[in-house]
Amino acid sequence: MNLSRIKDIKIIALSIVGFAIIQLLLTENIIGSFWELNIILIGINIIMSVSLNLINGYTGQFSLGHAGFMAVGAYVSAILTVKFQMPFLVGLIGGAAGAGTLGFLIGLPTLRLQGDYLAIATLGLGEIIRICILNISYVGGASGFMGIPRYTNFAWTFFIVLFSIFFIKNFVNSSHGRACIAIRENEIAAEAMGVDTTKYKVMAFTIGAAFAGVAGGLFAHYFYIAHPASFTFMASFNYLTMVVMGGLGSITGSIVGAVILTFISAALASWPEFRMIIYSLALILLMFYRPQGLFGNIELTDLKIFKRFKGGRK
Amino acid sequence: MSLLKAEGVSKLFGGLKAVSNFDMYVNKGELVGLIGPNGAGKTTAFNLLTGVYQPTTGTIDFDDKSLLAMKPYQITQRGIARTFQNIRLFSELSVLDNVKIAYHFHVQYGLFESVFRVGRYFKEEAEIEAKAIEFLKIFKLDDKKDEIAKNLPYGAQRRLEIARALAAQPKLLLLDEPAAGMNPQETQELMTMIRWIREEFGLTILLIEHDMSLVMGICERIYVLEYGSIIASGVPADIKNNPEVIRAYLGSEVE
Repeated sequence: MNLSRIKDIKIIALSIVGFAIIQLLLTENIIGSFWELNIILIGINIIMSVSLNLINGYTGQFSLGHAGFMAVGAYVSAILTVKFQMPFLVGLIGGAAGAGTLGFLIGLPTLRLQGDYLAIATLGLGEIIRICILNISYVGGASGFMGIPRYTNFAWTFFIVLFSIFFIKNFVNSSHGRACIAIRENEIAAEAMGVDTTKYKVMAFTIGAAFAGVAGGLFAHYFYIAHPASFTFMASFNYLTMVVMGGLGSITGSIVGAVILTFISAALASWPEFRMIIYSLALILLMFYRPQGLFGNIELTDLKIFKRFKGGRK
Repeated sequence: MSLLKAEGVSKLFGGLKAVSNFDMYVNKGELVGLIGPNGAGKTTAFNLLTGVYQPTTGTIDFDDKSLLAMKPYQITQRGIARTFQNIRLFSELSVLDNVKIAYHFHVQYGLFESVFRVGRYFKEEAEIEAKAIEFLKIFKLDDKKDEIAKNLPYGAQRRLEIARALAAQPKLLLLDEPAAGMNPQETQELMTMIRWIREEFGLTILLIEHDMSLVMGICERIYVLEYGSIIASGVPADIKNNPEVIRAYLGSEVE
């Protein structure tokens, strides 16, 4: 049974090697600041899409307000580091706790809704959070929260991304995660099998929101500013696109979705007028030829090629 | 001592009385059938017993404790597991995962242990897997454990649903039309299996069924429901000759 632990250690070792290479390229200035920014954005987007996948893909609760939780994380962490001079880590944890608490409070009533109704409610709640922030002068109101120190660097982003992925991967592969997946598959049957559906829906929502909060903290401390305009419903939609593109119910898919979409928008930065056209064309083609997303609900490590590396073990 | 006891249970949907003054008891170890024409309220009765609906009036006791105001998952945790008339499997999951989910409420390890994979996580996961495979073996599904549930043939899906319900380790098993859509030979096999699991697991079983050969063949006691009320109850031989039951099923003679 410890085979999966060995696999985890291998993956972690491999990603630390990858980290060292990219870190070296960054310190040697081989990767310029434009691509450094995009690498960090990719990291933040991976956290957002993987955590949204836990809510939308694994638990099957269609949420459209993920950017709202990101905003809460961004502002709470910024308040802690700027107004209270706390260290960055405390800021991030505070951001996660703030967003998680809000996710819990919002989740309790709204997760009674289903399907489209839940989507509309979460969409509205995301906007409510943004409008609230817009009107609080303590955090800068409409001009944004300025003067945030730049604490986020590649190392912070990388290790938090790694932590998030492993946290959510281990969660969905446990009995608690299976309970969430059972809710997605058939809520009535899940309840009849002894799964407290309300508890697990709220749990998935809270964990997802908390990670969105961490992503928000990283975001605010990279761009020196937290601005309500960064957390509109278009942003939520962007994260949803990453999840759907990669495949609902696949962590690998969410990572790939986040990487591809961030790259596309970075590569097309000089042609902003074509960006949305190509973006939407890519999505239409995807819906035509692969409606289940690039990975469906399969992980990279499930593929045959990986099984062969493990020595033909079943 | 009766394991399950329902007294004066009624359920109103607006003005419609789906179940009225429903009395029934099931003794420990019994195999009881609930029959009735289409729309008689059999499934509604099941839904009342499992907490999907709350009765408008009446009491339901299980194991000497009231089931009123309990949620379906709490009732399952108390020891009543069920199958559904229209199969409700976790259709996109593997056969093995379907059974594993039934163990969920027996799992001891918490969120922290599952996320950081420490403590009881590996030990319990191995136990769950071993037990789930054991149940699949009983139902001859172990060679299909990695298959996606929706790809199984119909009869196997029915068996999987029963395996999943048993994996929750209930005291009382409710089967909602287990033979629906089965051919006579499959029904025969199902009868043997139901008898066998009752002996093997010391279960009490209550089943809804349309297939009279199955009901008359294995049930020790039968309740007949019509328009939401019990019109007859007793051993199969009495039910067969009960004029009320014949009238409910075949209609009365024209004078």
